[in-house]
Amino acid sequence: MQALTNKSIAVNRSPMTFWERLYLINIIKGMMITFSHMFKKQPTVRYPEQKREFSPVFRGLHVLNRDEEGRENCTACGLCAVACPAEAITMEAAERMEGEEHLYREEKYAAKYEINMLRCIFCGLCEEACPKDAIYLSETFAPANYTRKGFIYDKNDLLIPNTLTDTNALAKAKGVEA
Amino acid sequence: MTLLAFDWAFIIEKLILIVIIVLTTLLITLYTTFGERKVAAILQDRPGPNRAGPFGLLQPLADGLKLIMKEEIIPNASSRWLFIIGPGLAMTASLMTCAVIPWGTAIHLFGRTIELQVADVNIGILYIFAVVSMGVYGIMIGGWASNNKFSLMSALRAASQAISYEIAMGLALIALLMTTGTLSLKTIVADQTAGHWWNIVYQPLGFVIFFICAMAECNRTPFDLPEAENELNFGYHQEYSSMKLGFFLFAEYVNMIMSSAIMASMYFGGYDLPFFDETTVAPNIAAMIGLGTLLIKIVLFVFLFMWIRWTIPRFRYDQLMNLGWKKMIPLALLNMLLTGALILSKL
Repeated sequence: MQALTNKSIAVNRSPMTFWERLYLINIIKGMMITFSHMFKKQPTVRYPEQKREFSPVFRGLHVLNRDEEGRENCTACGLCAVACPAEAITMEAAERMEGEEHLYREEKYAAKYEINMLRCIFCGLCEEACPKDAIYLSETFAPANYTRKGFIYDKNDLLIPNTLTDTNALAKAKGVEA
Repeated sequence: MTLLAFDWAFIIEKLILIVIIVLTTLLITLYTTFGERKVAAILQDRPGPNRAGPFGLLQPLADGLKLIMKEEIIPNASSRWLFIIGPGLAMTASLMTCAVIPWGTAIHLFGRTIELQVADVNIGILYIFAVVSMGVYGIMIGGWASNNKFSLMSALRAASQAISYEIAMGLALIALLMTTGTLSLKTIVADQTAGHWWNIVYQPLGFVIFFICAMAECNRTPFDLPEAENELNFGYHQEYSSMKLGFFLFAEYVNMIMSSAIMASMYFGGYDLPFFDETTVAPNIAAMIGLGTLLIKIVLFVFLFMWIRWTIPRFRYDQLMNLGWKKMIPLALLNMLLTGALILSKL
């Protein structure tokens, strides 16, 4: 059979020479290799103090967006829940009442909106499905939790803070917290 | 102060010395476990334990506390008393070695001359041998009393390994004794100080043999077959929990420190600081310098042990036996023969 590349090397099966059988020489060679590693740069990211930079297209925790007047974009159309391959999203719709126009952009809004972060695979299909620019994947990831319940994020956890009333919270939600 | 024909001050002095030495050894052992993890980490480009205290220096205390707080499990099927005795024996045997190691020259305190050695017995090396071979009983009893196949296999391995390597070790030592002409460790060290060459110059091959055998006696990688994780599931450690497991683990490190101390004393001049005349300073200061020198030598040897552990994998059991019986023993015999011939030719 013809070889596909010229990279293959025949295994050397000749019996060990005297120096090889002594082991000592090769052990010392190996020890030199490990010794040289003492002076190498450690690639470790010391996590709580240091954080690795995520790429700008990183898909992390979801945020529910507001418009420029601070009103919720989501109309509870359910397209994200339909698009979700992991079936992580549930919502309940409600009708906007008189006097709530400053809270919700359209006549219908999500009264309940939950994402189960244990089910979510962070594919970003909800983001693509949303016709109202209401859901985005941020650059943070779900922190550890003691209970499974703690991973079901409701609207309070997901909704982006109102930048008009709470200015410094935006940076926090984006994951560039101090 | 002589009562019942005893010099009580002498006994108290020795008791204090024993307590200090044992406590220091345990403290150093604690930090050797930490050192092992740090050395492993650094050799593998990792930072190692660094959470507990500055640079992770409190890590060994946290480890010890964890071991003590764990539930103590004694299996129903085990031989209860032997199961408990096992780790204790391992620990005792490894600590007993420190009795004959000369930690420095004598210091003068309160008008007394205090030797920094618990017992200068004239059969020091034989004593070490007796105690070291007792160390394997801890493992054997522990492994057998666990009533577990893996533990039993590991106990068997430990015993046969200890027997095989003790012979080569003894033969290597005989060659050394032929050049020194004494069994007392104090005299051996004293002969290497003050302008004389260290014994490593006369016995390089003997030292290599002794070092390899010491590694096998301590059950260190590449000879850690009794606790081979992948085939024996940690061997004789398997049924142990809590501080009994801790004792087994500690005993290994104490053994390591003790064999480092012995190697430093027998081949590398013990407390002798090279190119330094101890008589130029006060005797107490000279003793402290000697103590520090010995500690540094021990640390270097312990580092060498660790360095080897994190470099090479363990031997296969047949390779281990091959090396012990077919290479180490003939080499040690050859070394003995050469030493004898050289001594004869000098006469």
